[in-house]
Amino acid sequence: MTTDLVRSSAAELAGLIASGEASAVEVTRAHLDRIGAIDSRVHAFLHVDDEGALAAAADVDARRAAGETLGPLAGVPIAVKDVLTTKGVPTTAGSKILEGWRPPYDATIVRRLREAGLVILGKTNMDEFAMGSSTEYSAFGPTRNPWDLDRIPGGSGGGSAAAVAAYEAPLAIGTDTGGSIRQPGAVTGTVGAKPTYGGTSRYGLIAFSSSLDTPGPCARTIEDAALLHAVIGGHDPADSTSIPAPVPPVVEAAREGASGDLAGVRVGLVRQFAGEGAEPGVVAVFRETVEALVKLGAEVVEVSCPHFEYALPAYYLIAPSEASSNLARFDGVRYGLRVGDDGTHSLEEVMSLTRDAGFGPEVKRRIILGTFALSSGYYDAYYGQAQKVRTLIGRDFAAAFEQADVLIAPTTPFVAFPFGSRTGDPYQMYLADLFTIPSNLYGGPAISVPCGLSDGLPVGLQVMAPTMADDRMYRIGAALESVVPQLVPPAL
Amino acid sequence: MTTIAPLSYEQAIERYEPVIGLETHVELGTRTKMFCACPTDFGAEPNTQVCPVCLGLPGSLPVANRAAIEATIRIGLALNCTIASWSRFARKNYFYPDMPKDFQTSQYDEPLCVDGWLDVEVEGELVRVEIERVHLEEDTGKTLHLGGATGRIHGATESLVDYNRAGIPLVEIVTRPVPGTGSRAPLVARAYVTELRDVIRTLGVSDVRMEQGSLRCDVNVSLNRPGQEWGTRTETKNVNSLRSVERAVRSEIMRQAAVLDSGDRIVQETRHFSEDTGDTRPGRSKETATDYRYFPEPDLVPLAPDAAWVAELKAALPESPRLHRRRLQEAWGLSDHDMQSVLNAGAVELIEATIAAGASPDAARKWWMGELARRANETGTELSSLTSPEQVAALQRLVDEGKLTDKLARTVLEGVVAGEGTPAEVMAARGLEVVSDTGALTAAIDEAIAANPAVADKVRGGQVAAAGVLIGAVMKATKGQADAKTVRELILGRLGS
Ligand SMILES: [Zn+2]
Repeated sequence: MTTDLVRSSAAELAGLIASGEASAVEVTRAHLDRIGAIDSRVHAFLHVDDEGALAAAADVDARRAAGETLGPLAGVPIAVKDVLTTKGVPTTAGSKILEGWRPPYDATIVRRLREAGLVILGKTNMDEFAMGSSTEYSAFGPTRNPWDLDRIPGGSGGGSAAAVAAYEAPLAIGTDTGGSIRQPGAVTGTVGAKPTYGGTSRYGLIAFSSSLDTPGPCARTIEDAALLHAVIGGHDPADSTSIPAPVPPVVEAAREGASGDLAGVRVGLVRQFAGEGAEPGVVAVFRETVEALVKLGAEVVEVSCPHFEYALPAYYLIAPSEASSNLARFDGVRYGLRVGDDGTHSLEEVMSLTRDAGFGPEVKRRIILGTFALSSGYYDAYYGQAQKVRTLIGRDFAAAFEQADVLIAPTTPFVAFPFGSRTGDPYQMYLADLFTIPSNLYGGPAISVPCGLSDGLPVGLQVMAPTMADDRMYRIGAALESVVPQLVPPAL
Repeated sequence: MTTIAPLSYEQAIERYEPVIGLETHVELGTRTKMFCACPTDFGAEPNTQVCPVCLGLPGSLPVANRAAIEATIRIGLALNCTIASWSRFARKNYFYPDMPKDFQTSQYDEPLCVDGWLDVEVEGELVRVEIERVHLEEDTGKTLHLGGATGRIHGATESLVDYNRAGIPLVEIVTRPVPGTGSRAPLVARAYVTELRDVIRTLGVSDVRMEQGSLRCDVNVSLNRPGQEWGTRTETKNVNSLRSVERAVRSEIMRQAAVLDSGDRIVQETRHFSEDTGDTRPGRSKETATDYRYFPEPDLVPLAPDAAWVAELKAALPESPRLHRRRLQEAWGLSDHDMQSVLNAGAVELIEATIAAGASPDAARKWWMGELARRANETGTELSSLTSPEQVAALQRLVDEGKLTDKLARTVLEGVVAGEGTPAEVMAARGLEVVSDTGALTAAIDEAIAANPAVADKVRGGQVAAAGVLIGAVMKATKGQADAKTVRELILGRLGS
């Protein structure tokens, strides 16, 4: 029974709980047991909240017993990336500088999860402050890919993706600034969706790059991702950049797509991303996937997005610039780590010592890069220029969406790579986000859908849609899911 | 090392022309803070008016306060500014413990209001001060440094931070450089800050109290030889009263003139004004200018004030204090000199309110500028703290009704100021009401006539002036509580004169 429960989809678990075939407590306990059994090897979690999870599950069971009508995912367990604040539960953003901090408030998304009766199992591992593509920059050690424990699970949200892939949780929350939901989804064979920027609240998301950060769902099925998207999405008055509009009909679109009919759908193949820059195995799976889409009735058109090649450099100016300012507050004055407060150092020195000890090398690299890009005399050439590129990329998308309903590309140029193989050269690591970054700069939604294996490792298809047309990517994803066999990692 | 010989102010002004500029910060009196719903009450226990947003906790996000934006636009309109149709907040990045996020959310190159002016009156002449910009930002917390000699961060052993003030909306009003004011530069600076304060107070968007820091002023001064380019300017902070604004400009003109006269050059720096010595001292010199790395605040959406809304706010602006004063002066029939005295005493609004409460302009002015002004002077208190316009109007009503004589009314006012109650209550409690009971008066008059038959005869014989003795006797008998005029009429009537 336990094995069945952890291998069930969120939709199935919700059905079992709703019909009384399983209690929320049973479902939660099964997942906590699974975590207890395998997480010492996977290390998807930084903090497991057994007590809180079981209490939340018992509450759902009690409310159901009392005859209350509960939400469609009530009682279903979920893992939350450790970059979202959870009231009273440790929240580190993968950094030593926040070790031991217990936020006094819940992120809006966390609050919505609780209100919808989802059971939060714990907080998942990530690259420090979401800066990285492998979780190797977590201050608390990397997460391992359930497909091959010697390989990276992607990043920054490797913990969330690995937890879902390893059946430790049917659902997880990730955040995507340059690909941190989609790339881990691709390399772990799971679904990862980045909603439209502003479609999901950032309130309580520890900011990396405010104009790019987007929370979103991680799941094993398209329908599960859509169900979770519907729970967490929608306007939040506490986030000024939140879009005051209802969530697009993502669940309906996922169910419609499951019929496998894509007749009349125009799929745009981004010429710039159709082969170049990706490893051959990934290109091969991508081409097969394009053929599969054609078989489903989609019309494939080639589109050109000439400015996409500048996306990566523009991103590595905008994101670090915003990060250099967002991360200034970690100064040892109010919370988290404080170093040097022994009466022999000035306040300025305490701030400096704290930041030196608390931040890892990649975070420091980006703070320095961003500080430079914003400094007077360089602003126009770097930050200003990058913003112009951002505008041009938006225009590329707009033009492409004249010709196609969605755009496709591989999610990431390469499958899960071995630990240590890209940490020596930051640029090699940054390339992992080559195909995902344009959607962040544009603000539109994009999803990674498992589409096959290359040398026994998962490959993802990325589907990009216009802003606030999140439903389109779920429809394509569900259609593809209906013909691609589910990717099941080897037993742990 | 050159020696610097002191110069008198007159000498300084003879040789150099000053250019002044003012940067004023006004804390808005909104109910809640700029980017969160925390209250803004002054004087609460430290760190009790805080939340994740104004503490800058990780993950928290700002939401702009519409009332603060509206207040800023109204200030901009009152200062004849153009209101931007598109404006953005920007982050000003620097590390300091009283800034929860280690950046201040402010405005940089896209402020809400630009290109305005404010006319101020100096010695009967109008001087136009041009306004460069009016923008909105958040205040910082307050740091208390313990253990150091100066209360500054250097040498302190402990620093305590109160974040209650962090996030209170702050409007910054920056003038363009004001040249050509010559020896009147200190007066222009003072008149500008005074006028600005009155404008903002009239708008009702801030209590603009310099002593509480809800209006703060930085003063820029540079000097140049006549006909030459403007000189290097210094910025003087810590100027906390109207008088200090004037003194700071004056002392900085004298200091700079002496430095220039000695052949030295002025260093561009921040200086601090000392209330005690009346001069300015250099602040901590920074070897390099701080680079604030301004960039547009990505957590807030741009502000695009609707033109119709701005027009509505403009139409609803109150009359400017200067025009208002001119109108009052005419209505009250005052000479320029008398009006100036009223202004100097800070009595305009008090007199206005007293008139509104029913007193005549003359009576209202007489009380506030006479008895009350004298008392405020003697005790060194604010005129407005002595009593209220309503009480003064009530007092005057008792006089008008004949219940109090002027002399009695002054005694009653004493009681009112001492907190003994309303004028009517004080009058009753002290038994000061005019004796208007004709029976009692008649008896007293009869008695006086009987006691002074010779005088009475004189009056009967037409020597009306002799009646004074009889009036005096009656007033004495009634302990001064009779109206002398009434007594006189009654006596003359009685003696058939
Ligand atoms: Zn607050």
